[in-house]
Amino acid sequence: MIRWIKVVVFLACLFPLGLLLWRFFGPHPTDMTTWGVGLGANPLEALEHGTGDWTLRFILITLSITPLRKLLGIPSLIKFRRMFGLFAFFYGCLHFATYLTLDKFFNLQEILADIGKRKYITVGFTAFVLLVPLALTSTAASIRRLGGKRWRALHRLIYAAAIAGVIHYIWLVKADIRKPLEYGAVLAVLLAYRIIEWIRASVRQPAPPARVKVAVE
Amino acid sequence: MLIKKSADIRSSEITPQDLYVNRRKFLAGVGLTAAAVGLGAKELLAPSREARAMEAISGIQKSAFSTNEKITPINDVTHYNNYYEFSTEKEPPAELAKNFKTHPWTVTIDGDVPKKQKLDIDTILKFAPPEERIYRLRCVEGWSIVVPWVGFSLSELIKRAQPLGKAKYVVFTSVLRPTEMPGQDRQILDWPYVEGLRMDEAMHPLTLLCFGMYGQTLANQNGAPLRVIVPWKYGFKSAKGIVKISFSTKEPLTTWNEANPHDFGFYSNVNPNVDRYHSQAHEHRLGEFLPRPTLMFNGYDQVAGLYSGMDLAKNY
Repeated sequence: MIRWIKVVVFLACLFPLGLLLWRFFGPHPTDMTTWGVGLGANPLEALEHGTGDWTLRFILITLSITPLRKLLGIPSLIKFRRMFGLFAFFYGCLHFATYLTLDKFFNLQEILADIGKRKYITVGFTAFVLLVPLALTSTAASIRRLGGKRWRALHRLIYAAAIAGVIHYIWLVKADIRKPLEYGAVLAVLLAYRIIEWIRASVRQPAPPARVKVAVE
Repeated sequence: MLIKKSADIRSSEITPQDLYVNRRKFLAGVGLTAAAVGLGAKELLAPSREARAMEAISGIQKSAFSTNEKITPINDVTHYNNYYEFSTEKEPPAELAKNFKTHPWTVTIDGDVPKKQKLDIDTILKFAPPEERIYRLRCVEGWSIVVPWVGFSLSELIKRAQPLGKAKYVVFTSVLRPTEMPGQDRQILDWPYVEGLRMDEAMHPLTLLCFGMYGQTLANQNGAPLRVIVPWKYGFKSAKGIVKISFSTKEPLTTWNEANPHDFGFYSNVNPNVDRYHSQAHEHRLGEFLPRPTLMFNGYDQVAGLYSGMDLAKNY
């Protein structure tokens, strides 16, 4: 059963990419001859923003697994966390690749200047770099090799990556920070949950309230 | 009224007669013909909705200032707009501006002038014959377009306003009308939008007082009924929906400069070597796949003299 759900979720995670590609390459009702028209007047920008949006969304989805499995009482959600995390990295790679190729066209000098000087690029690049070790150690073998404690410590980097990703978005927009703040608000809730849990654990109170289990009678 | 009435010449007397007659015949055929001149038949087969609402302008003269680069399709220019008074996203203004009322429209002339006055838009449009100016427009966000604007040099209006000798700056105030401009409900920027130019910049023949594009009146989302086009500066300097033109002795506090003085300076000349906001070395021309190098003053070298002796890295 889980196997099949995994296949469905996997395909669903590819859907945003499929939609972007279709709109980029696919025919368009008013103009059949030009590429990218399905993405509007500036398809390169639309691809860059689309992949960036989905990177942030998958990071937030990944971070919501732990609270959701506890709050909803569905522990098996954990089986999807790695997939979501890897999709965050996947869309992050696409986002970075779009920047390198379509936006900068491999202009290394300009890219390095950007990373050094443009603070929104610096912080965005940092977020991407932070995701790399997490993707590399995502296998069961890595968990065994590192040991659960060290592996968990390493994977807390996702908090930093998520914060850096939201800051990247806030610093990127010219004036209207409403959209990045929406991501920021969701992230704040997800981080607040962890802080509350951590405080509870450290004052050695009894375990968090019993899981709400749906009665199956 | 201190504004000197312009000589009442019909445009038929300025344009060679044969060209003029042909043009009139041509324009009479279909409303969209003018757009088709620049765009080829493809656009005619799929005209944009907004294009139909625009009215053809007759008697348009050609200009030596025009570039012969490929013109950006009208549909892109009318559906990719930075017009924060309507929306901070680029596609919504086309729809949101549909019911924006551009008539009646008056422009207040005040500040360092002998007499404050209100000019009707139709009076202003008669100051000089309409010219088509095909200009490059470079946005500070890193994209660019080529647009056949219609208008005449802003100097035509300034001459008639007779600014006092102490006037050193021209200040443009855009329309404040929250009932028709949903973006003004939020204080994203300090409304109304204010932009400005130094007097010599404003008097430069390239600086266009613009009321049309693609042979027609401006689309609402492109700044109808009256805007300026300053082709050697980043797009935000080219104010839209202008309701007031003031003359001032001191440099005005302009909207983007106020919002983010580090990134958006008063001058904001297109400059590939000063990378405020983003790296400005390259740009994406809409419709092109590869980035192209951005040119100093957006390729309008003739304005370089306005800034001789100025450090443009400091006065950005």
